[in-house]
Amino acid sequence: MSELLHRIAQILVKELLELRRDRWARFRLIVPPIVQVLVFGYAATFEVFGVSTTVLDLDHSQESRALIASFEDSSRFKVVRVATTQQDAEGTIDRSQAAIALVIHPGFAQLLRKGQSAPLQILVDGTNSNSALIALGYADAIVSTFSQAYQSDFLYRTQPASAAGRVEIALDDRPWYNASLNSRWFFVPGVIATLTLVMVVNLTAFAIVREREVGTLEQIMVTPIRPFEFVAGKTIPFFLVGLALVSIITLVGTLWFEVPFRGNPLVLLLGTIVYLLSTLAVGLAISTLCRTQQQAFATNFFFVNPMFTLSGFSFPIASMPPVMQWLTYLDPVRYFLVIIRATFLKGVGLEILWPQLLALLAIGGGLMSLAVLRFRKSLD
Amino acid sequence: MKARRISAIAIKEVLQVWRDPRSLMMALLVPVMQMLLLGYGVNLDIAHIPTCAYDEEASPDSIDLLKHFQASRYFHLVANLGSERQIADAIDRGRCKLAIVIPADFSREIAMTRHASVQAIVDATDDNTATLATAYARAVVQGYANDVQADLALRLAQAPAPAAIAEQSRVWFNEDLDSRNFIIPGVVALVLALVGAQLTSLTISREWERGTMELLLSTPVTPMELMIGKLLPYFAIGLVDAGICLGFALFLFAVPFRGAFATLLFTTSLFLIVVLGIGYLLSVLIPSQIGASQMAMFATIMPISLLSGYAFPIDQMPAAIQALTYIVHARYYVTILKAIFLKGSGVAALWAPIAALMVYAAVVALLAARAFRRQLA
Repeated sequence: MSELLHRIAQILVKELLELRRDRWARFRLIVPPIVQVLVFGYAATFEVFGVSTTVLDLDHSQESRALIASFEDSSRFKVVRVATTQQDAEGTIDRSQAAIALVIHPGFAQLLRKGQSAPLQILVDGTNSNSALIALGYADAIVSTFSQAYQSDFLYRTQPASAAGRVEIALDDRPWYNASLNSRWFFVPGVIATLTLVMVVNLTAFAIVREREVGTLEQIMVTPIRPFEFVAGKTIPFFLVGLALVSIITLVGTLWFEVPFRGNPLVLLLGTIVYLLSTLAVGLAISTLCRTQQQAFATNFFFVNPMFTLSGFSFPIASMPPVMQWLTYLDPVRYFLVIIRATFLKGVGLEILWPQLLALLAIGGGLMSLAVLRFRKSLD
Repeated sequence: MKARRISAIAIKEVLQVWRDPRSLMMALLVPVMQMLLLGYGVNLDIAHIPTCAYDEEASPDSIDLLKHFQASRYFHLVANLGSERQIADAIDRGRCKLAIVIPADFSREIAMTRHASVQAIVDATDDNTATLATAYARAVVQGYANDVQADLALRLAQAPAPAAIAEQSRVWFNEDLDSRNFIIPGVVALVLALVGAQLTSLTISREWERGTMELLLSTPVTPMELMIGKLLPYFAIGLVDAGICLGFALFLFAVPFRGAFATLLFTTSLFLIVVLGIGYLLSVLIPSQIGASQMAMFATIMPISLLSGYAFPIDQMPAAIQALTYIVHARYYVTILKAIFLKGSGVAALWAPIAALMVYAAVVALLAARAFRRQLA
């Protein structure tokens, strides 16, 4: 046993020495993770603020101005242009100068004062469907608030006896775990899973293929080191790299971006350890399929890219077609993302997350045994 | 510059790609894989949100409201819960994303004051889904309120009081607000940038690594001829890839195409020149194949998927990041693609991004030629 550990330790030392000498590798280890977290933290957002808005008020009444003012007061809309004709207003949408246009036709106030329904026309550039949908929702909320206030005031003035008025049912929304609906809280913790995937798979696959390409793999195999010991010695350094990556991103996320960490760090650590098993196994499996580093690079892409897209990192799994949703169950990243987001935002523990951990363990264990078997075969 | 020398280099390059099955696979399989994965996988539209109900009243009114949720295609009622605690548990376990809580005095409040409220607890870990779910829930509740109102008016034999303001919204360019129409044109840019930079990033470093560079240099070929000859075959591959992507977009995903094919061909060629130029530049600068292709990957995937505006709207980013997007070549092409596909814009309307791509192409070609000369010196 001690001999086994000794031999693994020797491979480990050799790997760490190689890593220390390779300045380029150190650059790749430190710079991309930090750049990625920062860019994701700042650039990845589906929130909608300050929608560029054109207003066309052909009524020029107190009421129409009040309605426009309620849009101006909202942080969701930003009036960038006051149009004078319908053509002018439509042109701003055509030329992408504004994403939304509010058109109030003549006679707006007159209809309101008679207690009738007054039309408000809203033109939307639907090119970005997601932002358009959200902006329409906000516009809807502003208009119905205005409408209700006007109506109750109107009824109170005209028929105080039956002031009950229209039936209004308010929806009191309570966003849990991310009360201000901040996209950053969704994306930054997610980077932990995707970045570790890319880095660890890449490093593991390359480390072994390099030995094969340079011919040192044969040299090592004639020493008393057994395949299993070689694999352990080769993968443990990247396991440590993975742990370091997770810690770096967690620190940047909580300290710099102030994403709350409500759960138990030990649960995240446990999830990370099990997850790294899968990523190391994928890297090892790729190394058995390739003879040259160039091949490893291309093969890498074919593995990592689908794992990334199917993980639910930025696009909800529930919106995918059924066949694709089934495929996501094979993706370890999927489960790790659930664990990460639950420990960061929900603060729940193993009592909730055990199915994800078990799934990760099963996938990781299965992949690892397949990879080790293949690796032994690829030596013959 | 001699056409004969350029074509000699081009033929050599074609043979090399043809004999390397992995390069061919990269060139033809990656577009197919990416279009399928992203075309189906990148979708922000939500439907059938798993929803729980906690009906504290269980009156005909509250049951009717829940029926309105059931009838909406956006919600899927998965459970009726009996307490607040069960809601927390269901949301924690991911059984539902939304919980509707109807208070015990719901119908009494409507009868007495005509004003009531229901609570929507939404799992906001995914903030975008949460925002959309809340907006849809509000619409369902509004629809229910209108029904109650109509009912009441009928019973009291009054004319129903109309809402003060009637919104009439008209959506342009992507009338059904289908996120696929918005994402897929951008995916074309993503695929072309990725494949183009990958393929060309190897072309010069391969010569260095195999020692054939000295051989090439001893021939009368000039650096410019070498560059053009080397890039021509990849340009052809790029156009084939663009055709594959377009085929998927139009026939499989049925994205509307309202512009002119000529505009698309022209702008795509321009973008390909930029992309191939970047790959060539990297390959000249980085003498190892693996280093060059890794840099090409790092220099394309992240900036393009995050900063091109293909999914994440640029106008919502902080100013410093917005400034950064101007150096991302795909930003211009994504703008052009979305405009050609959905708005049917022509060259005249797109002069600004087209000019930007032209400047980009010129700068990259210049840098590549200069870097090559310096490497030789």
